[in-house]
Amino acid sequence: MARPVQYNVKNEGGKIVITDDMPPGYGGEGFFATTLDQVVGWGRKNSLWPMPFATSCCGIEFMATSASHYDIGRFGSERFAHTPRQCDLLLVMGTIAKKMGPILKQVYLQMSEPRWVIAVGACASSGGIFDTYSVLQGIDQIIPVDVYVPGCPPRPEAILDGLLKCQDLVGQESLRRRNSDKYKALLNSYGIE
Amino acid sequence: MSLTNEYIRQRITEKFGDAITNVEEPAGFLTFEVPKEMNLKVMQFLHDDNELKFRFLTDLCGVHYPNQEGRELAVVYHMHNLVDNVRLRMKVFTGINDPDVFTATSLFESANWQERETYDFYGINFVGHPNLKRILNVDEMDYFPMRKEYPLEDQSRIDKDDEMFGRGGSIS
Amino acid sequence: MSELIHQQPHHVKLPEGSIEKQTTTLNLGPTHPATHGVFQNILEVDGERIISSEQTVGYIHRAFEKIAERRPLYQITPLTDRLNYCSSPINNMGWHLTCEKLLGVNTPKRVDYLRVIIMELSRIADHLICNSIVGVDSGAFSGFLYVMQYRELIYEIFEEVCGSRLTTNIGRIGGFERNFTNAAFEKIEKFLKEYPVTLKEFENLFNRNRIFMERTMGTGGISAERALNYGFTGPNLRATGVDYDVRVAAPYSSYEDFKFDIPVGSTGDNYDRFMVRNQEMWQSLGIIEQAFRKVQEFRGTDADVYHADVPEYYLPEKQDVYTKMEALIWHFKIIMGEIDMPKGEVYHSVEGGNGELGFYLISDGGRAPFRLHFRRPCFIYYQAYSELTKGALLSDAVITMSSLNLIAGEMDA
Repeated sequence: MARPVQYNVKNEGGKIVITDDMPPGYGGEGFFATTLDQVVGWGRKNSLWPMPFATSCCGIEFMATSASHYDIGRFGSERFAHTPRQCDLLLVMGTIAKKMGPILKQVYLQMSEPRWVIAVGACASSGGIFDTYSVLQGIDQIIPVDVYVPGCPPRPEAILDGLLKCQDLVGQESLRRRNSDKYKALLNSYGIE
Repeated sequence: MSLTNEYIRQRITEKFGDAITNVEEPAGFLTFEVPKEMNLKVMQFLHDDNELKFRFLTDLCGVHYPNQEGRELAVVYHMHNLVDNVRLRMKVFTGINDPDVFTATSLFESANWQERETYDFYGINFVGHPNLKRILNVDEMDYFPMRKEYPLEDQSRIDKDDEMFGRGGSIS
Repeated sequence: MSELIHQQPHHVKLPEGSIEKQTTTLNLGPTHPATHGVFQNILEVDGERIISSEQTVGYIHRAFEKIAERRPLYQITPLTDRLNYCSSPINNMGWHLTCEKLLGVNTPKRVDYLRVIIMELSRIADHLICNSIVGVDSGAFSGFLYVMQYRELIYEIFEEVCGSRLTTNIGRIGGFERNFTNAAFEKIEKFLKEYPVTLKEFENLFNRNRIFMERTMGTGGISAERALNYGFTGPNLRATGVDYDVRVAAPYSSYEDFKFDIPVGSTGDNYDRFMVRNQEMWQSLGIIEQAFRKVQEFRGTDADVYHADVPEYYLPEKQDVYTKMEALIWHFKIIMGEIDMPKGEVYHSVEGGNGELGFYLISDGGRAPFRLHFRRPCFIYYQAYSELTKGALLSDAVITMSSLNLIAGEMDA
């Protein structure tokens, strides 16, 4: 079935509509003035490099999200690096058992600041239906989490929504946040120096 | 001639006599029990015999019966004759204080991890196993979680409210 | 929080004298992208040759068997979903069939055929992922992107039937929770029309592709004898030339009414495994087509049959629950798990995506199983991985891993 192709830049009667928001600022002929915070945030949020940490069922839904049908690349996040050193977004998908816990923490520590974490699915968020001796009851017990995506497993649309929510966070984050005492206290509460 | 449960039963009782006990056929599945010292001998016989040919170990698992004194732990073997398409189930019981059972790894490679899993869950010590250590749980674990006396939930957990999440409940 | 989590993350310890020795110890996993799941292999390599390997599993051990001892039968279905999550419906059906065996329930033919449709669809979804991932690991990413589009067609059918995509929790003890809608049948018809074209194109990309053949032929092979000794089942066993298929050996859900072949390989290498899975998809398509036609033959009131009559386990109609006392009582009893099941001991197995998926259920007459053991094919045949990769190149070992179709959820239970 043929479907009309849509672009995010539409030409409606000679007027160009750009759907991606520019940071607010003062513009004119040949110049655009805004704050550094906003322009850096704008740049960061549209070029997140996710590190997929897929352990179980949610990983399969993530495969669907990144494949042709749902295509996470539409949101500037298709560049999976699989190495924590290069990534700034950790996507934890699936159950994290206690045996896996230290490894997840190590992966988080290997990422450089600024870094964000999305807990995809019920297991990563809270342990889900597995309230057992071997399962960690949510990854927020070992690393700080920015966005939680509910569902068991979440639909690809939900994962995309979680990514967009995270982009909002990233775009609005102040440049000083990572140096603040509050942030240091947060990391200290997880035993991270 | 197709291999029937009666015939298998006749052959093993001929060979091992009274050692074969509790012969049953729940849902047509030949089940019997052997003393734990003889598990390998019986398996070897079932494996090598030219008529029986039970040369595929489908499954191996443990069971804990806390109320049977002296024979609390069981190891259940499911064996399959792929040529005649017949299955049988063999059980071995052992006390919880001396949970030693001979390993089947010399006959079947597939028993290796399944025995490790059974050890991990029930603490059954497979004598002669090449690498008997925990497989699914962390090495630091100091109990055998599938034994009936241990709870399902993590006892050190503090974040979920017992009243709301109903921890420790059991429907039976 | 347990003490364990607070410890500093431990690094892999090098054994004594590992600096002086000629070979290298390489830690592959558990987060390595090439492992597609949480498997750890500690390899001893000489250059690119693997000398020995040791596997660690259990990184997502979730204690299914322990949970199952605390749940009524219907609450165990969601657990089976999460075993082999690439083909959840087969696991669900396997579990329902096990319960029906224990309870002595006979399902109507129409239910059997509908189940066959669902199971074969999920077998296709399972093999599709496995084969396309073999492609990804041998350097052909486009095959994956191409067929994932068509896996969505299968998921749309599941959505239409049960409302969920991946972890379906499909059906009940005795049948389905609701009848298939016309839209579902239309979607199955659409799938039957569109999918063969895609599969043919997928085949054209791989089957005679020189690079793919050179990468997969002769790597990761195993003899039939060793495979049986290792407890292989399913496509991996059939690739070695043994025609053992639970659907034929112990037909369940009326598989004896269908005509299909069991494809077998000869060498048991990665290429054979790929080809066996590929052929199985064609056979599954044939089975779905037959089942679809058989279902269409039911007319009138026969076409409304979608479950057996098991009031103790099958939830009554919602409108009856609101208006009739008896239905309300049954509903309450089922949901609260207040039904004692008969004493007994059953083993039932189905042909899962990876092989013989068995359920060994012991009931002592209580409301939850006394013991439930899952025979998980992945867990059993992953033991052979050291033997499969001994002397192989590192890059071939990765393909071997993906062509075995290892699913972490199934392996670690």
